[in-house]
Formats: sequence, structure tokens, C-alpha cells
Amino acid sequence: MASLKELKGRINSVKSTQKITKAKQMVAAAKLRKAQAAAEAARPYAERLAGVMASLAGKVAGQDNAPLLLRGTGGDKRHLLVVVNTDKGLCGGLNSNLVRAASAKARELVAAGKEVEFYLVGRKGRAPLKRNFPTLIGQHFDTSTVRNIGFAEADAIAAELLEMFEAGKFDVAHLVSPVFVSALAQDPTIVQLIPVPAPAASADAGGAVVEYEPGEEEILEELLPRYVKTQLFGALLEREASEQGASMTAMDNATRNAGDLINKLTIQYNRSRQAAITTELVEIIAGAEAL
Amino acid sequence: MALHFELVTPARLVRSEDVHMVVVPGSEGEFGVLEGHAPFMSTIRDGAVQVWKTEGGQPEEIQVRGGFAEVGENGLTVLAEHVEG
Repeated sequence: MASLKELKGRINSVKSTQKITKAKQMVAAAKLRKAQAAAEAARPYAERLAGVMASLAGKVAGQDNAPLLLRGTGGDKRHLLVVVNTDKGLCGGLNSNLVRAASAKARELVAAGKEVEFYLVGRKGRAPLKRNFPTLIGQHFDTSTVRNIGFAEADAIAAELLEMFEAGKFDVAHLVSPVFVSALAQDPTIVQLIPVPAPAASADAGGAVVEYEPGEEEILEELLPRYVKTQLFGALLEREASEQGASMTAMDNATRNAGDLINKLTIQYNRSRQAAITTELVEIIAGAEAL
Repeated sequence: MALHFELVTPARLVRSEDVHMVVVPGSEGEFGVLEGHAPFMSTIRDGAVQVWKTEGGQPEEIQVRGGFAEVGENGLTVLAEHVEG
């Protein structure tokens, strides 16, 4: 049995751990509200853009002169997996879930005879993916130095991806990112990023003839990179919200666990103290009787 | 008689209001949009969107960068990448 002093030391160490997890939980709760508001504020833009895309792409899709981003390179051999992870830990299983989803997709593609490369965003996915696929790790986009993730980062990532696409480094790009459902659930999802999946041609509402300036293709040409950018931006915002949500839940559990542990240790501490006192008393009484 | 005008950026919905007229800096020249404009879509260049709240009033200028404008049944929507101020 551990000595009284050892027990006291353990209780104190668990107490300070609890302080940390509690602080992190409160920070995450405050940040979650902000991140959720940001994610919500970005929704109108994405919705409008998707609407415009649908109406435009429906007209141009299927034509030979459709922009490269919509049509694709024609090949289906080299796949790029853009995996969006967080930069910080202490957020439960969020990152390992993402890595698992990405790995499963990669294995599936490799099994189908495709070439796979990773493009990693965020620090936490790097080590486990590198362990799983040492040779497939391509570039890495560092977001750990940015305090408030914004459109500028999405812009930079999109620019890099589009450059790689134009240089013919890959045929298809998939985006693996968390989707914030609630503070308890963040699902990793995989969507095709490039070529932009042609939205179902919407039945032309009202049949009004829309005039385009300069032309349909020129507009689409400009719209598609913007669409990719918006998708990445959305993924980054979802990541922020997911990270804080997962962190809040994980830290809540940890704090409660620490509380239980402290209770258990305190009982153990009191018992041993009581036992020590009893032994001492017995000794004294026995001594007195012997006289 | 009012035109519903919306200005949206990736970060937020900047404006959503009923106005008299909006002049948008299209990439092939500025165009004014009044109520009942025919469906129209254009890319925009960097410049100022002028918003007339009332007829004959003073226009309010909003600097925008990159994006496009869409005129549909429910009014004018400007999707801009960045808005000053």
C-alpha cells in the first residue's frame, strides 16, 4: 500500500491536471461559439455560389469546350487526397477519425490501381499518415502560425492546388475534412474537389433567358476556382468548429474523470490514515496493559 | 418599387436591403440595376458599388474586390471576395 505522502502527492498531481482540463474546456466552449458563428456567416456565400454554379454548369457541362476544372483532365489515374486536420491536440478522436477515413480512402484507391498522393493541411495528421504511407506524402500546408483562420488561407491553399492541377500533377482531388454536426459529433467526410462535380442541371425555373457578360464560359472559368476556394474555406471553418467542439467534449470527460479519481484517492488516503491511527492506539493500549 | 440588393462575402452577409438602384462595376463596363431588370450575370472588376437608397439621393459607395453579380427574380446579388470597411 502506498504511503500517506505518496498518496497526497498523487492527489495533488491529479488536481492540477484537472485544473488544466477544466481551463481548456472553458476556452474551447468560448471559442466554439465564435467558430460556429463564423461557419454560419459563411453559409450564404456558399449557397449563392452553388446556386449560380448549378445554373451555369448545367448549360456548359457536356460540351467539349467546357473549362478544364469542370471537365477534368480526362484521366482517372492520379488522385490527390487533401486532408484537413487540426493543428492542436487535446480534441479527442477527431484527428484519428480523419486519418482513418483518409487512410481507408487511400487504400481503396491504391487497391483499384490508382496512384495516390497526400496534400496535408494542419499539423496533426502528418505523423500518423506518414507512418501509414511513408512514400505518398506530398506537400504540406502549415496553418499553425495563423491565429484566426480566414479566407486568405483558403485562397493560398486553392492557389497551390490549382497550380498543381494545371501543371498536370494529378487528375482528381478529394477533400477529406471534418463536418461539424454537434459538439458531440464531428464526422469526417470525403468530397470530390477537382474536377468540380457537375451539379445536377436544375430545371430552368421560369424559363427566363439569362444574359451573360462577358460569356457563359468566361464566367464559369472565373467561377470554378472561386468555388474550389469556397469549399476549402468552408472546410477550414468546419475544422475550427469541430476542433473546439471535440475539445470541449473531450475535456469535459477528462475533468469528470479526474474528479472521480480524486474522490477515489481521497478515500484511500483517509482509510490509510485511519489505519495508521488505529495501529498506534492499539500499540499504546497494549503497552499500557503490559505494565 | 424597390430592388432587393444583397452583398455577400465569404466571411459574412454584408448587406441585405431594399434600395432604389445599384450601379455595379462590371468587367465590361458599369451597369445600373433597377427593379425589374432582366436576368443577367456578369463578373465584376475591383471598384465601387454605388447604392442609391432613394431616387435622387446621394449614392453610398462600397469598395469591392473580385467576384460577380447576378440579377434574378429576387433582385441583385453581388458575390464579392472582399469588401472594404
